[in-house]
Amino acid sequence: MRAKSHMVSVVITAVLALASFSVSASPRILQWHTNKGTPVYFVESNQIPIVDVRIIFDAGSARDNGQAGLAVLTNALLAEGAADKTSQQIAEQFEDVGAQFSNGALRDMAWLSLRSLRAEQYLNPALSVLKEVLTKPVFSEESFQRELANLKVSRQASKQSPSSLGAEAFYKALYGDHPYASPVNGDDESLASMQRKHVLNFYDRYYVSSNAVIAIVGNLSRAQAENMANDLVADLNKGIRVPALPVVKPLEKAQLIKIPFPSKQSHIMMGEPGVKRGDKDYFTLYVANHPFGGSGFSSRLVDEIREKRGLAYSVYSYFSPSRESGAFLMGMQTKNEQASQATELLKAELLKYWQEGPEDDELESSIKNITGGFPLRIDSNKKIVEYLAMIGFYHLPLDYLHNFNRRIEAVTLDDIKSALKRRLNPEKMITVIVGGETKSPSQIN
Amino acid sequence: MRILGILAGIAVFVAAYIFFEESQLKEPVMLSSNELVTVFQLDNGMKVLVQEDDRSNVVVSQVWYKVGSSYEPKGKTGMSHVLEHMMFKGTPSYPSGKFSEIVALNGGRENAFTSKDYTAYFQRISSDRLELCLKLEADRMVNLTLDEDEFKKEIEVVKEERRLRTEDKPTSLTYEKFNATAFQDGAYHHPIIGWMEDLDNMKASDMIDWYKKWYTPNNATLVVSGDVKADEVVKLANKYFGRIKPREIPSHHIATETPQTKSRFIEVAIPAQVPYVMLGYKVPSLLQAKTEEQIDDVYALEVLSGLLDGGNSARMTKNLVRGREIASSAGVSYNPYDRLNTLFVLSGLPSGKSSIPELKTALLDELEEIKHKLPEQIELDRVKAQVIAADVYEKDSMFYQAMQLGILETTGLGWHKKDEYLEKISAVTPLQVQLVAKKYFNEETLTVAELKPLPMKNMKRKNSMNGGGRHAR
Repeated sequence: MRAKSHMVSVVITAVLALASFSVSASPRILQWHTNKGTPVYFVESNQIPIVDVRIIFDAGSARDNGQAGLAVLTNALLAEGAADKTSQQIAEQFEDVGAQFSNGALRDMAWLSLRSLRAEQYLNPALSVLKEVLTKPVFSEESFQRELANLKVSRQASKQSPSSLGAEAFYKALYGDHPYASPVNGDDESLASMQRKHVLNFYDRYYVSSNAVIAIVGNLSRAQAENMANDLVADLNKGIRVPALPVVKPLEKAQLIKIPFPSKQSHIMMGEPGVKRGDKDYFTLYVANHPFGGSGFSSRLVDEIREKRGLAYSVYSYFSPSRESGAFLMGMQTKNEQASQATELLKAELLKYWQEGPEDDELESSIKNITGGFPLRIDSNKKIVEYLAMIGFYHLPLDYLHNFNRRIEAVTLDDIKSALKRRLNPEKMITVIVGGETKSPSQIN
Repeated sequence: MRILGILAGIAVFVAAYIFFEESQLKEPVMLSSNELVTVFQLDNGMKVLVQEDDRSNVVVSQVWYKVGSSYEPKGKTGMSHVLEHMMFKGTPSYPSGKFSEIVALNGGRENAFTSKDYTAYFQRISSDRLELCLKLEADRMVNLTLDEDEFKKEIEVVKEERRLRTEDKPTSLTYEKFNATAFQDGAYHHPIIGWMEDLDNMKASDMIDWYKKWYTPNNATLVVSGDVKADEVVKLANKYFGRIKPREIPSHHIATETPQTKSRFIEVAIPAQVPYVMLGYKVPSLLQAKTEEQIDDVYALEVLSGLLDGGNSARMTKNLVRGREIASSAGVSYNPYDRLNTLFVLSGLPSGKSSIPELKTALLDELEEIKHKLPEQIELDRVKAQVIAADVYEKDSMFYQAMQLGILETTGLGWHKKDEYLEKISAVTPLQVQLVAKKYFNEETLTVAELKPLPMKNMKRKNSMNGGGRHAR
């Protein structure tokens, strides 16, 4: 009894204190356009003498246009030779001043990212090579062949990973003929037919100032950030904005895909098209997923599958919001013998949640967790620059962070129940299971 | 259930002598400080490190215990990690799941990690909630229930974790076998997660023994970083942890690795798609470096690892990925902060047009090159420029900074080693780099592991459509 009353007092203290969370703590975002019309998002942050810059293009694998892997390959080649510099010289110029350059491409976006010390003697050389990489990549035949070969090796490596194989099959089934179906790192066929001219065309079409967003966080004044942004994209072609992606069609029927694989665990993925960035249901669905499979140890999926039954180490669900509908996905891994039991459990949990929605206290706890954890989302320059990139790329309002907690708190039980019914259909989901039938655990070695 | 009853009884009985009376509580002592970090010691021996950082109103709280897989005896491997899982399974005051629930309700994130040399528990939370974290951590430092039924479920979770992270990942499995070949009779031989057979045989009573052995304030360090004041943190720490009586930490024999005198090779033939090679040499860690010369060697090895793999311009990428196109990726790892002597590891995936023997030779050639030709000053300067910059960049991550303090304290090096790092790295000369290459990269202490892919059968995909959806099979 003592323990119990003790607990209650802790919880009450927490509730009272939560009311005092400040909402004004979100960073002040400044926004403008460069001379060329590229939107810039900037947060001045003076505590550490560093600068983070990120340039984002609508040039992810959704723009592969039948040549799967093209977006990733183009992006990977940017720093492999630019203007009169070899890839080695580019890397040296960054690293001589301690700058960290990285780049990458996913389904929606492709980006280049730089972190540098603020002092001019470090920042200026780093920016000047970033500008060359961005605006004057040469895409030599030699670099092209090498990076293509390396992409083929990673493609091959993904075939020894049940989770990679599962994800590829899942996205193919989920998106059918939609551009999101394109495997981000390419497939055997597309990589076999890839040519340098594809890369050149892709760069010319998509790496243009009309298709870019710039995010900057650091120890700079607005005027300094303005000059920096103007200069970075000065030599970029203006080009034209890319057309909108097609709308993702809902699934017509349920589908079960089983991929036999010599692993000890079966990887189970289940899902359907979910939600877009900026969608009116986004916050509702985000909160809805939280107590179901989005909040780790306090979620139903972890409780039912891991805590109560010891069936899995990792079990989760999420909405992955994108330009067009991203996936709603539930996933777990369990030893092969338990795969059918686990699959049934996942389905049953979703169906129950879909029909009934969360309990009152689940909603309340979720809102407290999300809003109380808001300061953690923006406690570093790195996180803030990522938010700026997201806000800019998806055309979210400038007060997105400022209003974040308010939007979360506004979600009601009825909103959730209605959104789950409207936006999900447990009867028409893709289920992918990669794994062995029921082998003895020692068979692999 | 039986165990639960007994344990609950113990908890009540024990409570009388496990805590100091409030009136017995002594003031903590300040041990040391610099402009960033203040270190205290509570009367029971627990250390408290505070790093004030008011950039955002957030705090990171980490409790570190000096125990990890390298403390485990043969046949009981994986205990430290399983105990880490069990630490979330409740105390009489906060039953299973409550800890996580309370932290979540307060907007916090929490988890834990286990390594060869330490086990740590952390929360990231709004800075006005620090007290709550300390209260909960102090509670589970002494009052853990360790219920048999909870253990039986959790051990299955850990086995699933092992299947996920190791057994179904060809490169991880190769690493495990590589490591067990390089270290044969020493404490670093077995994997952190433990051998499956040991997990199969583990019992709840093992957990109770292990917990009683190592979870005591004089074997723990609290690291707090964030929007807090050092004197307030230590006051709170004393309020909750200070009351816990220390226990004698058992004298504990660290199994020393018999010196390697001959190169070793292991082939890991498993179903896979891409070959992989790892090469490791025995090298000292900072803690084991006893003489000034050995200490200098450690920093020279650190610079050497940067020279080879400290970025996209470093030699691995320059020569093997780009120049000779012999690797699709190649890397180096060396952890000077390991508690025991460790490995300097080179690894790589061959490119589409090269073979494992070619890649292996090429990796060895890189080391020979350093032995025969003095590295250029400009390469060292580049490594140093990156270290200097990284020292500034890390201020952007409270968690990372707290991690470093925790590791240094827990392995026994002491947090001050962090301050020396920059200076020591800057002092390394090209000649020193060459000398450590000659000194340590010798055939006798080399271990090589090769992943040899076997055909993966049964990979044909089966589709089945089903209109109803719910009973898809």
